[in-house]
Amino acid sequence: MSREGVPPLPTKRPAMAFEDAARLSLGDTQLRFNMGKATTTIRGKRTKVVDEMPDWEALREAGRAIKDRTLRHLDKYLIQLEESVARVGGKVHWAADAEDANRIVAGLVKSHGAREVVKIKSLTTDEIGLNEALAREGIAAYETDLAELIIQLADERSSHILVPAIHKSRAEIRELFRRTLEGTEGLSDDPKALAAAARTHLRKKFLTVPVAISGVNFGVAETGTVCIVESEGNGRMCLTLPKVLISVMGVEKLIPTWRDLEVYLQLLPRSSTAERMNPYTSFWTGLAPPGDGPDEFHLVLLDDGRTKVLADRIGRQALQCIRCSACLNVCPVYQRTGGHAYNSVYPGPIGAILTPQLVGVENAGSLPYASSLCGYCYEVCPVKINIPEVLLHLRGQVVRKKQESFLGRLSPENVSMQGLAKVFSTPRRYAAMQKLGRLGQKLVVKNGVIDRLPGSLGGWTAVRDVYPVAQQTFREWWAERERTVKPKLPPREETRP
Amino acid sequence: MTSSRETVLNRIRAALKDVPASERPEDVAVDRSYEHVDHAPERERLERFIERVREYKAKVKVTRVEGLAAAIAASCAARNVSRLVVPADLPEGWAPAGVTLIAEPGLSNDELEHSDGVLTACALGISQTGTVVLDSGPGQGRRAISLVPDYHLCVTFQEQVVGLVPEAVVKLQSAAESPDRPITFISGPSATSDIELNRVEGVHGPRTLEVIVVTALDVE
Ligand code: SF4
Repeated sequence: MSREGVPPLPTKRPAMAFEDAARLSLGDTQLRFNMGKATTTIRGKRTKVVDEMPDWEALREAGRAIKDRTLRHLDKYLIQLEESVARVGGKVHWAADAEDANRIVAGLVKSHGAREVVKIKSLTTDEIGLNEALAREGIAAYETDLAELIIQLADERSSHILVPAIHKSRAEIRELFRRTLEGTEGLSDDPKALAAAARTHLRKKFLTVPVAISGVNFGVAETGTVCIVESEGNGRMCLTLPKVLISVMGVEKLIPTWRDLEVYLQLLPRSSTAERMNPYTSFWTGLAPPGDGPDEFHLVLLDDGRTKVLADRIGRQALQCIRCSACLNVCPVYQRTGGHAYNSVYPGPIGAILTPQLVGVENAGSLPYASSLCGYCYEVCPVKINIPEVLLHLRGQVVRKKQESFLGRLSPENVSMQGLAKVFSTPRRYAAMQKLGRLGQKLVVKNGVIDRLPGSLGGWTAVRDVYPVAQQTFREWWAERERTVKPKLPPREETRP
Repeated sequence: MTSSRETVLNRIRAALKDVPASERPEDVAVDRSYEHVDHAPERERLERFIERVREYKAKVKVTRVEGLAAAIAASCAARNVSRLVVPADLPEGWAPAGVTLIAEPGLSNDELEHSDGVLTACALGISQTGTVVLDSGPGQGRRAISLVPDYHLCVTFQEQVVGLVPEAVVKLQSAAESPDRPITFISGPSATSDIELNRVEGVHGPRTLEVIVVTALDVE
């Protein structure tokens, strides 16, 4: 199934800047309604199950620290993982980039003569464009998560990490199923009936397709155990029924020991679906006994830009992410624009810091600005990624990148910012500028505010009003007060014995 | 030509040049002052387990050990189960009378698909989250048997129910180290909330999960 005409993945430059894409999304009232409902519902439930945990802050801190330990010694732990997986009968492959990974996976599929694969929802394989790469090799990839199936049948892209089809209504889904799935003429739009139709369609695939492809939630260096967290059971189907299992793991999904899972198994479900535990979590350590799983297990370790993120000491923390999507649900910007505006498989606050780092700030320079910097994302993040800090750090990089080029240096924004920097650098210049502003603004102040600035400054006032320079500034008031009032010392208080 | 393995490892080492060469992983402190053990009394722990399994829309039944066989038979009768999948080492006395048993090993997916349900034991229960854990131990069989049939009847003994997730993880360490013992955490029946956030049970896994809790305590 090809996905022609689908917007590009983050390994390439986003097709549209965030602000332009966001403007389009904001006009879609159905999308705004669905997004608002979804994010508010999950947010409310999450607060409830998090408040239930007396040790939540301690778990967050441990979750952050374990990932920090892993990332600072990533090479050692990856080698340990490789040895562990080999010991239990699996095979490890290394992929430097998306092409590398896609070539390895396609090669494995073809070596079994297979033309079809079943897939567990995985952001990592979306990121590398695996389905499209397989399609080019004549291999059909079937998504088995209900939402992913909907997205795939509709030839669209996900709008949320966790509930990718959240932007579609049940009526739209019914129309889609009727159009694309056999035997669904009389289908109703009851969610139960829709889920049952998908179940029937996919059962056939699970029982007949020989190769399954998954992502990885956690890979344990010590034991070689791989973990998949899910709800529907499609994951369990893919992990146990097909003959060959290929798991693609971003190198940052590593954790050192089995016991570390005691932290993440508590943090992830509550932050993600707001459940105490998700319905199914599977762990396998290499090859299961015959008859209880695939006869072959391959683990593909993927870099694809992650080492670039690792090299940035502030940006590195983005690799701690366990993809729970809590930051999406609380983000006021994401809630209104939806996931598509980010033009990346990683939307929302985490996307705003991860995508520019993976593809380079020069290619996704608008994303670090897709935030109100309210800090809510940092507060809910189960592994304490300081997203606002990374956003500001990346904004700085965007500006410096622009200043590197001749045109960038001459842009009105840069010229005026450089001028402002001069003004702010000495109190004398600053005061002089305020006086000048007071004179100049007479022409633009209306009803006490400035709602339209002339020339290139107009961009600023297009979306906000500006308050004029006050008739008397604080510094002027203070200076005047010093001149006219002799400060009196307050009366001494009686000291107690 | 350098292999991708060398390329990736070299990039990682270059990226980590701020990490002192003398630093060992243990030098990065991990504060584990979160809770490791549940100190609640046994009855409370069991009651919470039952309550939380129920909250997931799973069915729960409580019985004394003498009543276990009858409880299993009653559950099967209530659902009109006539063809029941069971693992090869099903504990003696569990098999309900009047039901055709389809026994492991060697069941095809088709036979699983055309059964009315499956009966298994479990490794653990977790009270904090309402989870039952299967680790391919005694009475549990392989993973597919608790996945393909539409009804999963799972027996848990009081002494198997631990309080917190960390307690369960510690107990599962040896299973995790063994390729022969894949582990599955099950919390309620299969579910999706993908269509307008409406929860629907049973997309791919069993539509119904029923847990029989065996205990001498008087709990509901
Ligand atoms: S950044 Fe934090 S909150 Fe956002 S998805 Fe990742 S782990 Fe979750």
